[in-house]
Amino acid sequence: MKRKTKSLKRRRFIHNTIVHIFLGILGFIWVLPIFFVILTSFRAEGGTYKSYILPRGYTLNNYKKLFDSASNLNYERWFFNTLIVAICSCLLSAFFVLCVAYVTSRLRFRMRKKMMNIALILGMFPGFMSMYAVYYILKGFGFLEAGPLKLVALVMVYSGSSGLGYLVVKGFFDTIPKTIDEAAFIDGATKWEVFRKITIPLSRPVIVTTLLTSFMGPWVDYIFAKVILGQDRQYYTIAIGLWTMLEKEFVEYYYTQFFAGCVLISIPIALIFLFSQKFYVEGVSGAVKG
Amino acid sequence: MARRKGKKSNINTSLRDIGGIASFIQGNGITKLSALVFGLGNLVHKQIIRGLLMLFVEIVYIYYMITVGFNSIADFITLGTGVQAEAFNEAKQIYEYVPGDNSMLCLLYGVVTIFLTLGFALFAMTSVRSAYVTQKKIEYGEAIPSFKDDLASLKEQNLHKSLLFLPVSGVLCFTIVPLVFMILIAFTNYDKNHQTPGNLFDWVGFKNFSAMFAQNGSLSNTFWPVLNWTIIWAVFATFSCYIFGMLLAIVINREGTRYKKFWRFIFIMSIAVPQFVSLLTMRTIFNTNGPVNAMLRNIGIIGPTEAIPFFTDSTLAKITIICINVWIGVPFSMLTTTGILQNIPKDLYEAAKVDGANAIVIFFKITLPYMLFITTPYLITSFVGNINNFNVIFLLSGGGPESLEYYYAGKTDLLVTWLYKLTITNKDYNLGAVIGIVVFIILAILSLLTYRHTGSYKDEEAFQ
Repeated sequence: MKRKTKSLKRRRFIHNTIVHIFLGILGFIWVLPIFFVILTSFRAEGGTYKSYILPRGYTLNNYKKLFDSASNLNYERWFFNTLIVAICSCLLSAFFVLCVAYVTSRLRFRMRKKMMNIALILGMFPGFMSMYAVYYILKGFGFLEAGPLKLVALVMVYSGSSGLGYLVVKGFFDTIPKTIDEAAFIDGATKWEVFRKITIPLSRPVIVTTLLTSFMGPWVDYIFAKVILGQDRQYYTIAIGLWTMLEKEFVEYYYTQFFAGCVLISIPIALIFLFSQKFYVEGVSGAVKG
Repeated sequence: MARRKGKKSNINTSLRDIGGIASFIQGNGITKLSALVFGLGNLVHKQIIRGLLMLFVEIVYIYYMITVGFNSIADFITLGTGVQAEAFNEAKQIYEYVPGDNSMLCLLYGVVTIFLTLGFALFAMTSVRSAYVTQKKIEYGEAIPSFKDDLASLKEQNLHKSLLFLPVSGVLCFTIVPLVFMILIAFTNYDKNHQTPGNLFDWVGFKNFSAMFAQNGSLSNTFWPVLNWTIIWAVFATFSCYIFGMLLAIVINREGTRYKKFWRFIFIMSIAVPQFVSLLTMRTIFNTNGPVNAMLRNIGIIGPTEAIPFFTDSTLAKITIICINVWIGVPFSMLTTTGILQNIPKDLYEAAKVDGANAIVIFFKITLPYMLFITTPYLITSFVGNINNFNVIFLLSGGGPESLEYYYAGKTDLLVTWLYKLTITNKDYNLGAVIGIVVFIILAILSLLTYRHTGSYKDEEAFQ
């Protein structure tokens, strides 16, 4: 009997060791590229590819040069452009998504099922397929005349059709017990008040998730940004700005600065992301339980 | 008393569901006239503000049609007639450009006008319905709602209208109108030889479609292989990330694993890095002269001038891309599955263990079916996302290696990246639009079929 438990223990020990080694190897693979980015951002030697991996010398100059206002590429400006666009578009799209999700989850009216099917189909078109048409519409309304207006246009493009992405939030609202709503109706609340004072406060995790996903959008998108902003380097967002650094005319000089720029924007995004991680898991996997 | 009450609620429900056409047929003279003069039914019955608002909308629309609308419909049919021309200016003694019609704008304004007209027709129905409801209310001797009541109902029975107004108009402006516009372009010859404003383009019917699907044309010789690879890519990318992510989540969640938070943190770190940064970095790492090849040279596995063609050999490029996509996608699916895994009822596992099932059997018989049941919508979204996965392909390989057999496409191009190349680089907007439509049809059929069979669609009130 004793021997049996001993061999069981040993087997468990071996299993655990294998699992931890396996996780260690995988973790190493997952962290390696991130190290590469960080190391290259401190590399003292300019130029692009080197035949070795660890830099020969280290410097902070790559970071300093990013904020050099005399430089052709203005990183600081790009950063604030993106920040403003991201804040505006995440507020707008979160509002849109919440409205649509509440309507489809709680209100019953003619056309409801039809609208949901249409939304499902519309969500399937590749967004940038109609990019060119969007460009012309914005131009028609005069949004592409001046730089600041282009940023407004960008906000509208990012948040305009965000209402289509309501499904996750609707799924969340569906799990909020209806009895809570009914109790409020008995107390004389209107549906609008229920939405504002009960549903929204109860769905904090999913709201944070929605806010964050749409906040991240402008930082990583460059197709729309490129089409709308064109050659106006002053109004670039960070993604196309960094992409410009890798263009043939710049890459030889800006290669290491590109990585420095990447590290700098990754830090705030990573912090926000890690901070909200628990909200993300809660938001995707369920709502009020019981 | 009780009978009257029952009757009343009966009217209310049937009135709310009645359509515009039915009210037109059943309505009296004034109701019928409301289809011509908006708000008449309301104006007659002292709902002045409501009636005036409706009338105002009608007047604005008619004014628009007379000043702009009819012209743009005519231009929409011809797509412009006057070509931009050079004319000799006698006074200045120079040649000047006389601007011609811009087919692009003709098409756009035409689409906008058509949408306004459709909206107008819907509004006419609303007007009739509103008149009919008022008529019925008078017949049954009910109080006619004042404008104040109407406003209050926007927070109650009509809350859906007020909440949906902004999101739907956003979708209309930034998705539906552009979409219709691009679909129409698929039926024109708007390619690199017919660029506006210098040239006009015109309707050509189904010519672009037949070129795309014809036997042995250069277009169809590109289309089928690209479609093929798109589907292979989507299947591999979706399921590899899903399964590996789930396995990773299981391994981290299992009892014996220590430092769970640490491991999760390690993998989640790669999500926190913006995707284009990690993609561009990966591209650098696997470049011909990038670190991986440099390392292999240093170790001596390949010769000092050789390089493994990670992105330049067509088969290897496909494998590399799928592997890199695993690197990017696994943390995401790990994150999504972690929460759901913890919700699987524990007694299922205990019962299986009692029956002597080992880890592999438990995974295939319990975990996987349960997860598939819950996460089908997630799987569909990520499959659709992968078919449209522009970023990964464009930033990693750019669609390369280039191929001479293909019409402006590379060996790893997906339909969407090919679409991008055709429109942005090559200016063949008509072909791009055809591809967009094809992608859409595939995805729409696929997801309508699968999505309608999922529990969350059929039984959406299960947890309420």
